[in-house]
Amino acid sequence: MPTVAVHTDPFARLARATALANGMPTARQAFVPQPVVGRTPPQLRGYIEGVDPVSKRPFIQEVLEGLTRPLDDKDLKGVAFERSTPRLVPPGTEEDLQQLFIENKWTDFLPVILPTEERVAAMLRGTSHKPDEVVGRLAPTAFREAWEFTVEKVAVNAVMAGCRPEYLPVVLALAASGQTARSSSTTSFATLAMVNGPIRNEIGMDSGIGVLGPFNHANATIGRAYNLLSQNLQGGSVPGETYMGSLGNWYNYSACFPEAEERSPWPPFHVQKGFKAEESVASVFFGGRYTLAGFGPRETWREEFRRVFAACEQHLAPLLVLDPIAARGFVELGFDNKEKLAEWLSDNGRLSAREYWDNQWVQTLFRSLAVAGVEPYAAKYKAKPDELIRVYEPSQISIAVAGGETQGAWRMFGGRYVKSVSVDAWR
Amino acid sequence: MKLSVHDPRGYPPKVTGKRLAPRLQSLDGKVVYLVDCLFDNSEAFMNQLLDWFGEHLPAVNARIIKPRQSWVDDPDMRKRVEAEGQAAILGVGL
Repeated sequence: MPTVAVHTDPFARLARATALANGMPTARQAFVPQPVVGRTPPQLRGYIEGVDPVSKRPFIQEVLEGLTRPLDDKDLKGVAFERSTPRLVPPGTEEDLQQLFIENKWTDFLPVILPTEERVAAMLRGTSHKPDEVVGRLAPTAFREAWEFTVEKVAVNAVMAGCRPEYLPVVLALAASGQTARSSSTTSFATLAMVNGPIRNEIGMDSGIGVLGPFNHANATIGRAYNLLSQNLQGGSVPGETYMGSLGNWYNYSACFPEAEERSPWPPFHVQKGFKAEESVASVFFGGRYTLAGFGPRETWREEFRRVFAACEQHLAPLLVLDPIAARGFVELGFDNKEKLAEWLSDNGRLSAREYWDNQWVQTLFRSLAVAGVEPYAAKYKAKPDELIRVYEPSQISIAVAGGETQGAWRMFGGRYVKSVSVDAWR
Repeated sequence: MKLSVHDPRGYPPKVTGKRLAPRLQSLDGKVVYLVDCLFDNSEAFMNQLLDWFGEHLPAVNARIIKPRQSWVDDPDMRKRVEAEGQAAILGVGL
């Protein structure tokens, strides 16, 4: 069936690259100015009756001709081709190769360790898995092509990030999650990683002072490796092509921490997810878009958490990381497990239905589900505008304990739980 | 001194060429589905496009249709578009 796809103009390069990757480089496309969100019907009519900002021809002409202009030879053939990436790049000096990696956008623009054959071979001694074993596939977003990668390719990126061989099973588990740390979304997401189980202590991760900062070799380099491997193994994270985040996100450099299991008053996160305490597990949380913080629980903690939940974005469930002092404070208030605290947060973290639905991504992701009768969205959609409704269900709220006990602090991140992956499987 | 260094990229899938569907000689009398991809405000855009067809090309039978959910393929919707339509305009993709 003849079709034309309509996009906003900042996505022209991405739309063409996607059409090429799908073997249809001449797919008919038309463009309107950005934004569509927030424009009034008359303004949108102006787009339709105006000029396509990419072709500089009338938009409606692009649409109508896209459906009726006869096909030429290129349209009839499409394009088929094999792409490959070599195992090694041409030999060069340290300086030349560093420059090559920067020019090819294979780095995060901080210096990298060049993945020489010797360094990669040494890294591979950190796992029993063969170098050519396929680990998985990654894509910048759901509808982009997914690229495949092997144990060796993961090891290459781990070397670049500065990892030691004993970290490799954790990096492999993160790669095997199938969750990219470099989403191409306009929303500038990051993916946060948490490590549980004995591997934390075996490789020297630190859940104490400065746990969420650049103060531990394993924490820092594993998180960096997850980001570097995401961008390189999925086919890039290049602005305008494979990355469209408007503001970007500092958590795209490195965001990995271990839970302070030994100092937590509650069972560790991976045990909540069905793993045994003695298993080593990496968990990933998609988001990293907002960060909120506070102390407590003090006398007014209820009011504080209500305010915090009102400030969370409605489409991105939180990951709450509590210093052990704060966690023990909640135990003293009767929250003797994480589930009880999540239930309280869910029940008290409410917004008016009007505010809840007045969010770009809530509209995009949940409105159609609500209209189709899918709960809990349908009930939220039926609520009166001023009715206070739950933003998140208890099961959507993740809670972890980490920190150096120099302060009863907590931090809340946009961090929708995605999955937990065995690290032991990659030893 | 020259170094031998690995390429850090993964392996892209093979690209298989696909030919475009034959175009229509005219849209007159044809059903053209306007597929609302459910991005925020794309409904308003498609409503305006529907109105534009009504005002300027009334011989075209333009209809708005929506998938059940954003970001998720809706085979039932596609079947209906294929069964009842002769062309489709998809949008507004960001």
